[in-house]
Amino acid sequence: MNYEELGLKMGLEIHQQLNTEKKLFCPCKCELIAEKPDYKLLRYLRPTQSELGKIDRAAFEESRRKLEFIYESYDHETCLVESDDEPPHPLNKEALEIALTIASLLNMNVVDEFHTMRKQVIDGSNTGGFQRTGLIATDGHIETDHGKVVIENLCLEEDAARRIGEKKGKIIFRLDRLGIPLLEVTTDPSMKHPEQVRDVAYQLGQVLRSTKVKRGLGTIRQDLNISIAEGARVEIKGVQDLDTMPKMVENEVKRQIGLIEIRNELQERNAKVDENIHDVGRIFDKTESKIISSAISKGGQVLAIK
Amino acid sequence: MVYKGLSAEFLDSSGLSIGDLIKVEKNGTSYFGILLDRAEDPDEKHIVIKLNSGYNVGIDVNNAKAELVESGDKPKIELAPLNIENDAEKPDISIVSTGGTVASVIDYKTGAVHPAFTADDLIRANPELLEHANITGKAIFNILSENMKPEYWVKTARSVADEINSGADGVVIAHGTDTMHYTSAALSFMLKTPVPVVVTGAQRSSDRPSSDAFMNLISSVVAAKSDIAEVSLCMHAEEDDSYCYLHRGTKVRKMHTTRRDTFRSINSLPLAKIQKSKLKLVDKDVVYNKRSTESLIIEDEIEEKVAFIKSYPGIQAELIDYHIDNGYRGMVLEGTGLGHCPEGLIPSLERAADESIPVLMTSQCLYGLVNMNVYSTGRRILSAGVISGLDMLPETAFVKLVWALGQTDNIKEVEKIIHTDVAGELGEKSSEKFFLN
Repeated sequence: MNYEELGLKMGLEIHQQLNTEKKLFCPCKCELIAEKPDYKLLRYLRPTQSELGKIDRAAFEESRRKLEFIYESYDHETCLVESDDEPPHPLNKEALEIALTIASLLNMNVVDEFHTMRKQVIDGSNTGGFQRTGLIATDGHIETDHGKVVIENLCLEEDAARRIGEKKGKIIFRLDRLGIPLLEVTTDPSMKHPEQVRDVAYQLGQVLRSTKVKRGLGTIRQDLNISIAEGARVEIKGVQDLDTMPKMVENEVKRQIGLIEIRNELQERNAKVDENIHDVGRIFDKTESKIISSAISKGGQVLAIK
Repeated sequence: MVYKGLSAEFLDSSGLSIGDLIKVEKNGTSYFGILLDRAEDPDEKHIVIKLNSGYNVGIDVNNAKAELVESGDKPKIELAPLNIENDAEKPDISIVSTGGTVASVIDYKTGAVHPAFTADDLIRANPELLEHANITGKAIFNILSENMKPEYWVKTARSVADEINSGADGVVIAHGTDTMHYTSAALSFMLKTPVPVVVTGAQRSSDRPSSDAFMNLISSVVAAKSDIAEVSLCMHAEEDDSYCYLHRGTKVRKMHTTRRDTFRSINSLPLAKIQKSKLKLVDKDVVYNKRSTESLIIEDEIEEKVAFIKSYPGIQAELIDYHIDNGYRGMVLEGTGLGHCPEGLIPSLERAADESIPVLMTSQCLYGLVNMNVYSTGRRILSAGVISGLDMLPETAFVKLVWALGQTDNIKEVEKIIHTDVAGELGEKSSEKFFLN
């Protein structure tokens, strides 16, 4: 495939947990806990004006569902900061220093003054209803065989609570992971070749690992943004293996090309969406699909358009 | 604008004001965003801008160059009126605000907090209130509760009385939590009320999704509709958002700096539990004033010159003398244990009694009854003319003395008032259930 002709553009966003003695805003250890929790707290969240904008529509819809959350906490391993019953302590200096080292290794400009912000997140993954985050540095770069890639932002933030499961419609989170310092590295969307993405991810990984970061599954999360000129931006979340990156890019590009072809074909045929909707439930009387049969048994319908 | 010194000069000379879209160049990096105000701090050299990404950064103005990209709009926070019609089926509940904790409007573009507090603001933030009552709102002040003064208790009592006289079926008072229990005690002494008067607030500010404000407010409205025509305080009962407790206004105290369930009934049980908008008495045999059995009486004379002194090992008598010499009309001592202070204070306590200055003894144990008859020091303090605060909380005793001295100058009369149960502040009988609950 001629990626240049297709107008392939890619960006990378990496979240890396730091291996600090304490959490970002409290003195708790940065360890996940396997033991049974000592407490289970029941909480509700409501959307409010967010510092990053007006009332967030997604946040508002989420709250209209009146989600209740259960937070698992501990006598020793967690404290009142994680359970949103105590304001944050001063920012962890060790985490800040690691972040500054990484900023320097990535040739970035460090801000003169760091401001902690609240990013509204009311899916329950943070007891306060927002994630604390701040911008450390901007405008860095790394070199690759396919050219220079700009590192747009480096942010220091707190990791979210760990989702444990769901019980009677309530999502259960454990507070052990909440507040572990997390670095977010974002590149600009200037990468043009699948191999270049692997190279950038590898280099960033090497830089991160040269400092005090956590190792092992779940301690680094990589999201890949891909688009081609006529397509749309798609984010592939949680890419674990670097070597599969080029293949993932190739597959996504193929998928987008396929969609464009379908679109062109439809346009050529002058296709229209038929507004007549038909109930085709009858056809599924003997369906073996559990999803469909269970939906029908609960009074659901199967609708179709021509 | 909070900017001062170098940063203020920089903004002035660049012709920039808060809310403007600006571009700042600094050491080869450019920042593009909206100029924000600073939080109050001593800094004089950083300006704060909100970048397009939503992040705020502070930029040192030394060697920086800034230019205007686009002038900002004046912050518009005035919203269209809601025009909600009264529902004749529902009770009328009035919400009186003394501080903007429950529904402050924050302009995130400039970071400014606006104390706008109308019924509409409240309903916009908490539309569920309308399911319970017709809501009217009134802001009487916008102060932090640490800045509360006895004269503001009087103003609050008068505003509550106005609301009741205008036909409110219940009154909710929004208040900062620091001194909320002083105010609830003051209103308890000042008002005989035919309807519920409920004081409430929030430990987590209302601008965060996890705020306790909403549940406290809704539960307070439920309490204000109830049959309990007393001054009470309604706040979270647990760290969970499960239910609220309604505490008697004179028997409650803030016991934790940050937890949601910071308010606890001391030397009594809470009056009621409010869960999912249903109110249930905690002790079904509890005696309380029922709705419409009393007519509204306001007794709001006070004496502000009352001191509140904590006893400690090594405390000197000169502390007591100072207050006598400086015209204090009364003192509340927060003694140790059963109600003690060092013997060295006794001559000064006698002097206070000789000069008709009542001194009340309470206990820093908070729990239990003051009893100065058990040990010899206690008996000597009693003989010096000190009045026992019995099982009153030190804060309640302080408020009661402020109020009692407004009713009479006579020290014997003051003692009589202190030892008369005016608003549930004195409990004759102790119980196993009253400790650390």
